[in-house]
Amino acid sequence: MGARDYIGSLFLKELFKGLALTGRHFFRRKLTQMFPEERTPLSPRFRGLHALRRYPDGEERCIACKLCEAVCPAMAITIEIGEREDGSRRTTRYDMDFSKCIYCGFCEEACPVDAIVETQIFDYHGEERSDLYYTKKMLLATGDRFKDQIEAAKAADAKYR
Amino acid sequence: MDAIKQMLGNLLEPLFGPLWPAVWALITIVALLAPLMLCVAYLTYFERKVIGAIQLRVGPNRVGPLGLLQPIADAVKLLLKEVIIPSGANKALFVIGPILAIAPSLAAWAVVPLDKGVVVADINAGLLYLVAIVSIEVYGIIIAGWASNSKYAFLGAMRATAQMVSYEVSLGFALICVLLISSSLNMTDIVTRQGEGTFASMGLGFLSWNWLPLLPMFVIYFVSGLAETNRAPFDVVEGESEIVAGHMVEYSGMAFALFFLAEYANMILVSVMTSILFLGGWLSPVGFMPDGFHWLALKTAFFLFVFLWVRATFPRFRYDHVMRLGWKVFVPITIVWVVVVAGWMMSPLSIWK
Repeated sequence: MGARDYIGSLFLKELFKGLALTGRHFFRRKLTQMFPEERTPLSPRFRGLHALRRYPDGEERCIACKLCEAVCPAMAITIEIGEREDGSRRTTRYDMDFSKCIYCGFCEEACPVDAIVETQIFDYHGEERSDLYYTKKMLLATGDRFKDQIEAAKAADAKYR
Repeated sequence: MDAIKQMLGNLLEPLFGPLWPAVWALITIVALLAPLMLCVAYLTYFERKVIGAIQLRVGPNRVGPLGLLQPIADAVKLLLKEVIIPSGANKALFVIGPILAIAPSLAAWAVVPLDKGVVVADINAGLLYLVAIVSIEVYGIIIAGWASNSKYAFLGAMRATAQMVSYEVSLGFALICVLLISSSLNMTDIVTRQGEGTFASMGLGFLSWNWLPLLPMFVIYFVSGLAETNRAPFDVVEGESEIVAGHMVEYSGMAFALFFLAEYANMILVSVMTSILFLGGWLSPVGFMPDGFHWLALKTAFFLFVFLWVRATFPRFRYDHVMRLGWKVFVPITIVWVVVVAGWMMSPLSIWK
């Protein structure tokens, strides 16, 4: 340590430099997003809460092929199959456990009929584990409720697919 | 202050009779500590806002307008939480720890004058009392760390002891310089003495304050104050990445809050003391403006801001560097400056006649 450095450290040179830097930051514009009021833009490929879609005539898309259940790495999907009165193959049970789901999006990619999709909804919660266990009815309800949002995201992403 | 005492005395003295002096003392204590506690609460808010601003965030802004009710919400939360006493802890000492931590940091305020004559106890040995009381502070931390029966708490207490004892030496020497040039231990006298001299009579009061002739002591006092209150960058005592929260690790709820209150009350105390000893307390910096409490409040607020500014700027000192700074830098410099000041006073160049 030379004499110059010694004098510098005695007069807290570097410390004042640091203080000046943080002092300047004190007056800078703040970058905080006021979350519930302001939201950051989301990609149409954002992988949030899952939903089951329907065809425009109201018929559910899912044909119970079980590909999503097979591909799910977290084994969060449980499907049981049955025959409906009209003879078509449908799920009698389609449950997703969001306490297991890792939001990888494989189910959406595996689905041959675009039935299961991931929406841009990410701010939902459950107060106990069972609150995060979504049944077929709930997944369909999410799909119905956010139909426009899901379709807009699909359309925005379509040209890259 | 005397006028208020007279007025309240006329009103209440017949009511309490011989108990009146004790009642009056209680009134003054409450009148000092209640606003102090409020200041402590809002200092936490201020801290979060300032550090947030430096980190380009906005800080708490959800509870009440501008987040102003945040400290109230925090206080309610801490009050309602359970105080858990670990089964391996020494129960009595575990409870005494936080009390011993907060009691001295409040008791020290007894001799702090807020304006001319506005002080709970205007004793002659004010500075001595202060040094003595602040030294007791470390007992609360040692007892808390020992009684917790946890290795982190114990390590934190050991570090706190070593650090506070080391920095008390340089703190004491800095105070000796002030004591020398004001030739009084009375805090009010120390402030009044700073308002006398050539510069003060020229109307440039801020040049006659102690900070100028004692500049190194001024800096060392403040930095030692940072170390004494275990604030960043000297917070090895509670370094969360090393020993979780040091002596506070086993405490919860109100017991934890007491340590918290003590730390912040100490921060305010160090800021007030720096203002009184080196920046002329309630004296106005220029001749044409009146002296008053607002000057002390302003100076204190500035030092509190520096506390937070420093915390947001510097990383934590390594433990051996803390010791090196205390013993190998501050103590020699302060000793030399005590000698310099003493010689200066004896020489014909003395400015403190």
